[in-house]
Amino acid sequence: MPGPVQSIERAAAILRLLAAGSGRLGAGEVARSLGLARGTAHGLLRTLERVGFVEQDGGSGKYRLGAALLHLGAGYLDVNELRSRAINWADALASRSGEAVRIGTFLDGKVLVVHHVFRPDDTPQAMDVGSLLPLHATALGKALIAHDANAAASVRDTVLEPYCRGTITDPKELARVAARVRENGWAAEAGELSVGEAGVAAPIRGHGGLVVGAIGISGPVERICDTRRVPEPRLVAFVCDAARAVSRDLGGARR
Amino acid sequence: MAERFVMSIDQGTTSTRCILFDHGGRLVAVAQREHRQHFPRPGWVEHDPMEIWRNLERVAPEALAQAGASADQIAAVGIANQRETTVLWDRMTGDPIGRAIVWQDMRTGALVDELARAPGAAAVTERSGLPLATYFSAPRVRWMLDHTPGLRERAERGEVLFGTMESWLIWNLSGGADGGVHVTDVTNASRTLLMNLRTLSWDDGLLDFFGVPKAMLPEIRSSTETYGTARRVFPGVRVGAALGDQQAALFGQTCFSPGETKCTYGTGAFLLMNTGTAPVRSDNGLLTTVGYKIGDEPAVYALEGSIAITGALVQWFRDGLGLITTAPEIETLARSVDDNGGCYIVPAFSGLFAPHWRSEARGIIVGLTSYITKGHLARAVLEATGWQTREVVDAMNADSGLALKELKADGGMTSDNLVMQMVADVLNVPVARPMVVETVSLGAAYAAGLAVGYWAGLEGLRRNWHRAARWVPAMEPGRRDAEYENWKRAVERTFGWIRAGEDPAALP
Repeated sequence: MPGPVQSIERAAAILRLLAAGSGRLGAGEVARSLGLARGTAHGLLRTLERVGFVEQDGGSGKYRLGAALLHLGAGYLDVNELRSRAINWADALASRSGEAVRIGTFLDGKVLVVHHVFRPDDTPQAMDVGSLLPLHATALGKALIAHDANAAASVRDTVLEPYCRGTITDPKELARVAARVRENGWAAEAGELSVGEAGVAAPIRGHGGLVVGAIGISGPVERICDTRRVPEPRLVAFVCDAARAVSRDLGGARR
Repeated sequence: MAERFVMSIDQGTTSTRCILFDHGGRLVAVAQREHRQHFPRPGWVEHDPMEIWRNLERVAPEALAQAGASADQIAAVGIANQRETTVLWDRMTGDPIGRAIVWQDMRTGALVDELARAPGAAAVTERSGLPLATYFSAPRVRWMLDHTPGLRERAERGEVLFGTMESWLIWNLSGGADGGVHVTDVTNASRTLLMNLRTLSWDDGLLDFFGVPKAMLPEIRSSTETYGTARRVFPGVRVGAALGDQQAALFGQTCFSPGETKCTYGTGAFLLMNTGTAPVRSDNGLLTTVGYKIGDEPAVYALEGSIAITGALVQWFRDGLGLITTAPEIETLARSVDDNGGCYIVPAFSGLFAPHWRSEARGIIVGLTSYITKGHLARAVLEATGWQTREVVDAMNADSGLALKELKADGGMTSDNLVMQMVADVLNVPVARPMVVETVSLGAAYAAGLAVGYWAGLEGLRRNWHRAARWVPAMEPGRRDAEYENWKRAVERTFGWIRAGEDPAALP
């Protein structure tokens, strides 16, 4: 087993120091308190600031604990914040693919739809933001299961409800599908939630690569897939591009 | 052949953005940079024109790099800009004369009061379509001429140029001191108080009234025509359009027929209704303005209702009260309760704009009881946007004799589903969001693309408009009426807070 990581120990010490005192310390004070070189303390503080665990006061330049730390238990990214950051790229995806776009996050064993862009054909469509979809029978859900340990855990010990003949109801099969999703970087579904419908989705990553949701398209299987029910590579590329663009805006782009 | 794009530059109040669009009107790349807000005194707001120009020099190459495109793949560039913000600069050196005075700046309050009492004041609204107010450019030019020694003489000799942001950027792009073209478009000129709304040219009577020398003014051109070719930043690209940001949004929403109406929700909100080729005078506190003018075709006019504070109230909730850490979180907080709990917030931070135009009003929170939580306050913040929209729509229906059937919404706040549902509920008409919410940028791109033949005509642009979302009214009529009554009572309580003789700009 590798030994402790020094920079994480030091970062933890900085957070304890900021939590203990009056709440506002300069980089120099932090360095002196912990016996660190000023540059080292500064680098650690800047990194902690980047992930939202500390904040720098605009006037004094001093550091305090960040709001993200206080909301650590309440989920990493507010879903309305996610929508606001993703809206341009979701529109572009709907426009390029010609299909409806949804963004989903994991909530209590389901996929919560946090954003919905209509299929761009101006036909009457109803907004379904706020609705819940099954994890195991949607492309969005599979993208989450593959990358979010909590989502994966939530389907491990449950009965997988069959919605159609194509629904995956065997947990082992679902685990194999999840592994393939991780390999490919995208997930698909064809006739698994409702007959004749299909979808493609890819994960959205935030800071440090943490998956915060998934973005995907859905529509009639004959438009999304070829005759062997394999999604069209062109559409898969659009979905992956959109997921990457949103991730880049959230600071979670793969380098 | 490599794919071609149209570039749009949105020079806004807080940032300068460059967006590339493809032939389908789809967003391909975005780059943006914020600029500093200078508040040298209470009520004063300034921008540094050089900083804004340098930001443009940075964001345009960034957007090109993002798309992997070169300047020769850009068919044309269009500019949309913050309106009424006033820049003066030296024709020979290109140096700005002081900082730009921003549309929110209230320093001309006393000057405007004085002008309102002068002979000829009555003709201002008749000729320009605008009320005599601090909001527009002419009093700012006059203020700068009055407060800078020797400036008036230099302006009269043609050594000093005036422009709104699009003029400043086009002049610099097309060569600056070395042969830059000094132009503005009809929509921006229609916000100066100096243009005659019918002839679409500088009005000598108005120039006299405000004491602005004609030699410093840009030439008024159509919204879409090639003004010149860029010699800097992206050399060789034609500059094909300029529009005030709100008119650009009207164009981007493809509101090309009389009665079509859009509302852009940002810091404030701006409703514009296309009223066709004749200006409509307002009896209900709206502005008459030019919507756009395509090449040699007749100008299309619009009625405008401006709301000073919508998104800015959410920002205040975040920065002033610290109850949320990011603006979108307000929706989460507001959804933690079922209703406003009887609480109303009227954000008359610097008075109320349309349809009230009460500069002495100040904001209030009413209906406070110990029952009220931050969730109720969040809801009241969002509802304020809904009710302010309703007031302007009522005025617009009355002035135009048309009844709004559907509102096309855009801007940052359209990502807030709760606000959009509230707007649909209180207007009792559906609210639709287009596939591209960046309609300001899209409108400038459309106009520039039209000018150079990248797009063939308005019908083609209309086919690019697709509905991305639609909210339908779901409020019980009795409740709507009761809530509107409460809102109106709350608004009345904001009136008359600043007493006569108090200088609003001097108050803390």
